[in-house]
Amino acid sequence: MKDTALQALDMVARRGVTYADVRAIEIRDREISTKNGKAGHVSSSESMGVGIRVLAFGCWGFAATDDLTKEGLEAAAVLALEIARAGTAAHKSDVVLMPEDKHEASWVSEFRIDPFTIPIDRQLAVLLAVDAELRHQPGISLAEASMQFERRRQVFASTLGSVIDQTRYTAGAGFSALSYKEGEIQRRSYPNSFGGQYQLKGYELVEELKLVEHAARIAEEAVALHAVDQCPEGEFDLILDSSQLGLQIHESIGHPIELDRVLGTEANYAGMSFLTLDQLGRLRYGSDIVNVVCDARVQHGPGLGTFAFDDEGVTAQSTDIIRNGQFVGYMTSRETAAQVGQSRSNGCMRADGWGRLPLIRMTNVSLEPGEQSLDEVYDADHAIAMQTNRSWSIDDKRYNFQFGCEIGWEIRNGKRVRMLKNPSYSGITTEFWNQCAAIAGPEHWTLWGVPNCGKGQPEQVMGTGHGASPARFRKIKIGSAYAG
Amino acid sequence: MPDDVLSRAACESIFGQVADAARARGVPDIEVIFGGEDQALTRFANNTIHQNVAEREVNLSVRPVIDGRTARASTNRLDQQGIREVVEASIAITRLTEPDPELLPLAHAAESGAVRRFYQVTANATPQERAQAVAEAIAAVEEQGQTAAGIYSTGGSMFSLMNTAGAAAWHHETMARFSITAMGADSSGWAKASACRHSDLDPLALARSAAGKAAHSRAPQVAPPGRYTVVLEPAAVLDLVGQMFGDFSATAIRDGRSFLNDRIGKKIFGENITIRDDVCDPLQSGAPFDGEGVPRRRLTLVDSGVVREIAYSRQAAAVAGVAPTGHGFPLPNEIGEAPVNIVIAGGDSTVAEMVRSTERGILVTRFWYIREVDPYQKIFTGMTRDGTFLIEGGEVTRGVRNFRFNQSLMELLSNVEALSTPVRASGEESVDMVVPAMKVQGFNFTEVTRF
Repeated sequence: MKDTALQALDMVARRGVTYADVRAIEIRDREISTKNGKAGHVSSSESMGVGIRVLAFGCWGFAATDDLTKEGLEAAAVLALEIARAGTAAHKSDVVLMPEDKHEASWVSEFRIDPFTIPIDRQLAVLLAVDAELRHQPGISLAEASMQFERRRQVFASTLGSVIDQTRYTAGAGFSALSYKEGEIQRRSYPNSFGGQYQLKGYELVEELKLVEHAARIAEEAVALHAVDQCPEGEFDLILDSSQLGLQIHESIGHPIELDRVLGTEANYAGMSFLTLDQLGRLRYGSDIVNVVCDARVQHGPGLGTFAFDDEGVTAQSTDIIRNGQFVGYMTSRETAAQVGQSRSNGCMRADGWGRLPLIRMTNVSLEPGEQSLDEVYDADHAIAMQTNRSWSIDDKRYNFQFGCEIGWEIRNGKRVRMLKNPSYSGITTEFWNQCAAIAGPEHWTLWGVPNCGKGQPEQVMGTGHGASPARFRKIKIGSAYAG
Repeated sequence: MPDDVLSRAACESIFGQVADAARARGVPDIEVIFGGEDQALTRFANNTIHQNVAEREVNLSVRPVIDGRTARASTNRLDQQGIREVVEASIAITRLTEPDPELLPLAHAAESGAVRRFYQVTANATPQERAQAVAEAIAAVEEQGQTAAGIYSTGGSMFSLMNTAGAAAWHHETMARFSITAMGADSSGWAKASACRHSDLDPLALARSAAGKAAHSRAPQVAPPGRYTVVLEPAAVLDLVGQMFGDFSATAIRDGRSFLNDRIGKKIFGENITIRDDVCDPLQSGAPFDGEGVPRRRLTLVDSGVVREIAYSRQAAAVAGVAPTGHGFPLPNEIGEAPVNIVIAGGDSTVAEMVRSTERGILVTRFWYIREVDPYQKIFTGMTRDGTFLIEGGEVTRGVRNFRFNQSLMELLSNVEALSTPVRASGEESVDMVVPAMKVQGFNFTEVTRF
């Protein structure tokens, strides 16, 4: 792969470019699922290809190919340059990149058990055991369980002289139980909805999740939801579990701090951001206890946004985003850092494969743990607690959001008094974060994985990480999803 | 060009190698799916081209059937070693899989409807052609003192399914897409279109339309949330109504996850709602066969408000004792099937007439970030975006700040007052469909955002 990357780089470099980089990527993955007692989806795939990015004539060009012959690489190199030249037809100013050091490195993410060494029948047996537990509960119409694994090796080479060989192992697993009864569908999932938990780990993630042990409780809750009261509508204190808070961070902090959105380059699809440049250092984003970082380093944890170097060869970094409630940082690239006068990219450029151009993407955008115990977080006279995302939506500048969860609980004097169905809440981003009153400590902090973040045209799907502990927010609008 | 990437003859040759390799390993029953694309996209923002990309990719996936078991292995390496390894991998994982008592033998050959969707001129479109069209579109928006962002993509793709029971389906098509957002200081407008033949697109007209919307919606006012009469342009109808068609599936109903459970044969929409699935409609796109090679049959999903037909994969059809409809996804999968070539019957109105007949209402260009709130009542939430206007006294009077909605689709499609002629619509939240604009009573806007 290194030879392929260097060969492709040479093909564009000798034609004359301001800058070029090449990513040669080999991806192997495995997906296994079960559904109602049967194997649902069993597949393995591999993909190899090269993406060539050039900066020439003041414009970017990019071409990708899976034809790794000399002729195939040559054709892609020529096309990348032709595309860059075509860009001059609508060109205002030359692209400028902030400097980055030359890096030569080889890095493999930590894992304990290579998932590809575990036989598929053994992995299926785990899922079928979960499935059996779920369907043991009368009233379950649909039991689904799944696990996914990926090994991605990437050799990055650039005209700066960098050659970086990175291999990342990621894993995901989870299950859900659906119950249809008399005109109502309810679902519960573990450990999170939409496939479960995803981290930068090997098969050990599946073992750590203890899927079978949680199945009976989850199935029982799915059925029980039919008989409980609808979540009330009104203004209440809100307590979120860490997985829902992780998605709240993703949508209402992670996306708005993408500097490409701020500068308008995602305006036609993903949208823009309310965090205009004049807000940096001035905006009161949250209450004093809200501290958020964007951290791709290994020491932050095994997140889907953990790596050694980003996809333009910049070292993984930690950047303060919100410090004591104050908005202090964006996610940047070499190009956008230059546009806002920052001296270096903070290393957030990522592409979802060899066929796509790197974009500014969340790495691990996490809420730092607070100092409260879980009892203190729940210590409200009257509150609604919500767990496990069911729906999520936010406007294209990231002001107004609405989330729904799978299950809710009414809290009286710090105690759960009744289960509630169809809970939802909504608000305006900064108003919401300024109502943050309590955050649980590090012992309750989990680094969640969002495997399906979409952005870009053509769309790219990226995995991002979000650490959070359960937290309480004052006087939040609840129940509007079912209002009217 | 995509047909050069993987022509029918190339597919047949590779299929022969796959079948031979499988047979040599004692596996006579095998299915191969080929996919390939050659796509290019010119992306612009801030009135300049900023991302300009091309991608060429092929994929070969192999599914054996061994003693009631099946699994799939895929690769993009089409050399002899790649082919041999993917066959070995597919057989190895299939043998480790649990048997499925409902798994059917491979599908036999069947004749699909004829569609012509490949245009060499679109496959051959150059970066310079796209850049020139983009430059003209940007100029039209700049003339209004606005900023443009958008994409112009062209390219082709192929999809083929061959198996040892004789199925040998092959399809190729080209597709061009142009979308543009025009932005003023406090407003925006959007337009998008897609077509198999790129000369059917008019980027300049789309740019002028987007710029007009941005100009007309400047200085948006706050209209309070509540129930409104709305005029939904086709892209808004597409992205919202398009959310429900995954439920028109026999497997979804069997799983209990469809809102059509206990509603087949019942009138759940208004008399004026008729919806077909028809891959051969001249405004549609896509292959005329499904993920097992079964020809796609035309379905009447909804007839005058009554749910009539649903999609059946081969397996779902066998369970139900009916004929498959040709809407199955490649096996193995959990979701079964879904109609994907939706055509919603229209009426004789126009957007202009819908506005003229509205005393007070909202004109919606597009919706954004649509997500399901309630799977059985089919309530969805989302936002309006890029062109939301107040209608007063039969006229579009001003832009308004964007709304959040929470709206049941059953209620929406029961409250349609008028429909336009259907068009091929292209949005961002559903696949392209043929849909009319709609005037709807009592649409439920629940909140207003800050712009």
